[in-house]
Amino acid sequence: MASTADKFKSNGSFLGDVLEWVDARFPATALWNDHLAKYYAPKNFNFWYFFGSLALLVLVNQIVTGIFLTMHYKPDASLNASGVPVAFAAVEYIMRDVPWGWLIRYMHSTGASAFFIVVYLHMFRGMIYGSYRSPRELTWLFGVLIYLCLMGEAFAGYLLPWGQMSYWGAQVILNLFSAIPWVGPDLSLWIRGDFVVGDATLNRMFSFHVIAIPFALAGLVVAHLIALHETGSNNPDGIEIKKHKGPDGIPLDGIPFHPYYTVKDIVGVVGFLMVFAIVMFFVPEGGGYFLESNNFFPADPLKTPPHIAPVWYFTPYYSILRAVPPLFNSQFPGVVAMGVAVMILFALPWLDHGAVKSIRYRGAHYKTALAAFIVVFLILGYLGTEPVTVWGQFGNWLGNADRATVVARLCTVVYFLFFILMPWYTKADKTKAEPERVTH
Amino acid sequence: MSCDEKVDCGRRRLIVATATAGGVAGVAAAVPFLASLAPSERAKSAGAPVEVDIGKLAPGQMMTVEWRGKPVWIIRRTKEMLDGLRKVDDKVSDPKSERDMQPEYAKNDHRSIKPEYMIAVGICTHLGCSPSDKFKTGAESGIDADWQGGFLCPCHGSTFDLAGRVFKNKPAPDNLEVPPHKYLSDARIIIGEDSKGA
Repeated sequence: MASTADKFKSNGSFLGDVLEWVDARFPATALWNDHLAKYYAPKNFNFWYFFGSLALLVLVNQIVTGIFLTMHYKPDASLNASGVPVAFAAVEYIMRDVPWGWLIRYMHSTGASAFFIVVYLHMFRGMIYGSYRSPRELTWLFGVLIYLCLMGEAFAGYLLPWGQMSYWGAQVILNLFSAIPWVGPDLSLWIRGDFVVGDATLNRMFSFHVIAIPFALAGLVVAHLIALHETGSNNPDGIEIKKHKGPDGIPLDGIPFHPYYTVKDIVGVVGFLMVFAIVMFFVPEGGGYFLESNNFFPADPLKTPPHIAPVWYFTPYYSILRAVPPLFNSQFPGVVAMGVAVMILFALPWLDHGAVKSIRYRGAHYKTALAAFIVVFLILGYLGTEPVTVWGQFGNWLGNADRATVVARLCTVVYFLFFILMPWYTKADKTKAEPERVTH
Repeated sequence: MSCDEKVDCGRRRLIVATATAGGVAGVAAAVPFLASLAPSERAKSAGAPVEVDIGKLAPGQMMTVEWRGKPVWIIRRTKEMLDGLRKVDDKVSDPKSERDMQPEYAKNDHRSIKPEYMIAVGICTHLGCSPSDKFKTGAESGIDADWQGGFLCPCHGSTFDLAGRVFKNKPAPDNLEVPPHKYLSDARIIIGEDSKGA
């Protein structure tokens, strides 16, 4: 794909000669130009456009800190001489004895929550500006796959400290597979590798966490960027800048990603790192949301902690799982609902039939639907961190049902209606006219 | 397969056959990797029966032992506890233990060999948490005023009575499992093995 125009012509200097030599053998200048110096991004990117590059930054943070944590961690569920599981003791060892180990570990654990915050905001950006719409469907699909990988990565990683929450969280989630009719129990056994969550499970989750999933994740990130750079970025106006090109073939509303957006993203990085450092140094447990207090007790297969909940980034889906009542003595419907709640994101580009992409030009239908979606997502997220009894019970008139369960059920319905009704309400929406050129 | 004069059909067939053989070999190569994830021989052999001394268990008390990595409860039920079971027969979803969650010899109205001793796997049939004991009766239990004693699963709120029978309209679909077991003497039981040699 590298044309001769993208090959460096030496001016006779030593570095110039080297680059010319490289370009004759590897498309270094072409890659640099295609993805940075001559990648023309819309000039009206705003705050919401920070989160893509921040996600990349957090990914690098997780990989680098992860490499160093792996040097000290031992995935071993057997008990050491003091009767503590080796894996649990290894994490304590990193925290107390390894020089700067506490910092590396807190960077990694804070990074996990930061990753989801950044990714949720990045996805929200895609939703408000219609970035998933044609021609960027594949960018969105790769993005959802990245999100799925992240969930797998976070789940596997959470088992590794082998605390009570690690153990019982994994027990619950891996048991979800046993709800699948016919093959469930065998499938669940195969995934655990033992009759209960144990050493075999810990070791395979370690393998998934440090190599299998990160490897897939890296590939997907590359695919996500290649797809994005093929179509060009969307923007807050949701219009195509490639429609108006100058005589040089460059979009009139486009500016080179480097140096304009690399420099802009540095501002985002600095702001992000300030918040990140505050959490990491002063509230690394995130008030019990980033690191749950029960996980400071070693895993005990005989005793479930009085309240177990997943880490905050899984709680909206966990709420949906809990909200769906068992049917025909099977909890499979809840498991299906939870799975569909995530998978339905894949369908988003084809569900949205709106005449415009950006929220700036959408009508009241879409704005209301999106607002309702965000509210129920947050409520479901909150309820998933609490026991179902958190809001008490309704009186006899509602069969003493738990208030939180009833609310979670309503929210679950709204969550799905947002997607299921989307083809109709986006089509019927009274949209405003899009501008020809980007505005602000 | 369509061929015209420009395509050598014999060679085309050879290409398809080679690609198919390669594909089959590729799929076959995945088998050992996938099979390696199943429980190892060591894991399978670790499920040996456990012998327990229940002589010191006082009436109204329970003890927990580990069998195949799971908690197994042994509850010594008092007369009041056993009477309480009859009061909840209409509130539990499988009062007569008709679903296959226990050996034949525990398929009775107290779900055990001897009414006094209840033996059950302390793993909720919903998603595998271990329920906590709520032996206090009535409003004091914090569950409801008619509570006769039993278990509450902390994960999703399923409740079980003192025979491990699940209450209606709870997330857990089935009663707690009763493991195979037998009495070696009045004070000794073995869990994981019964007279059928299971």
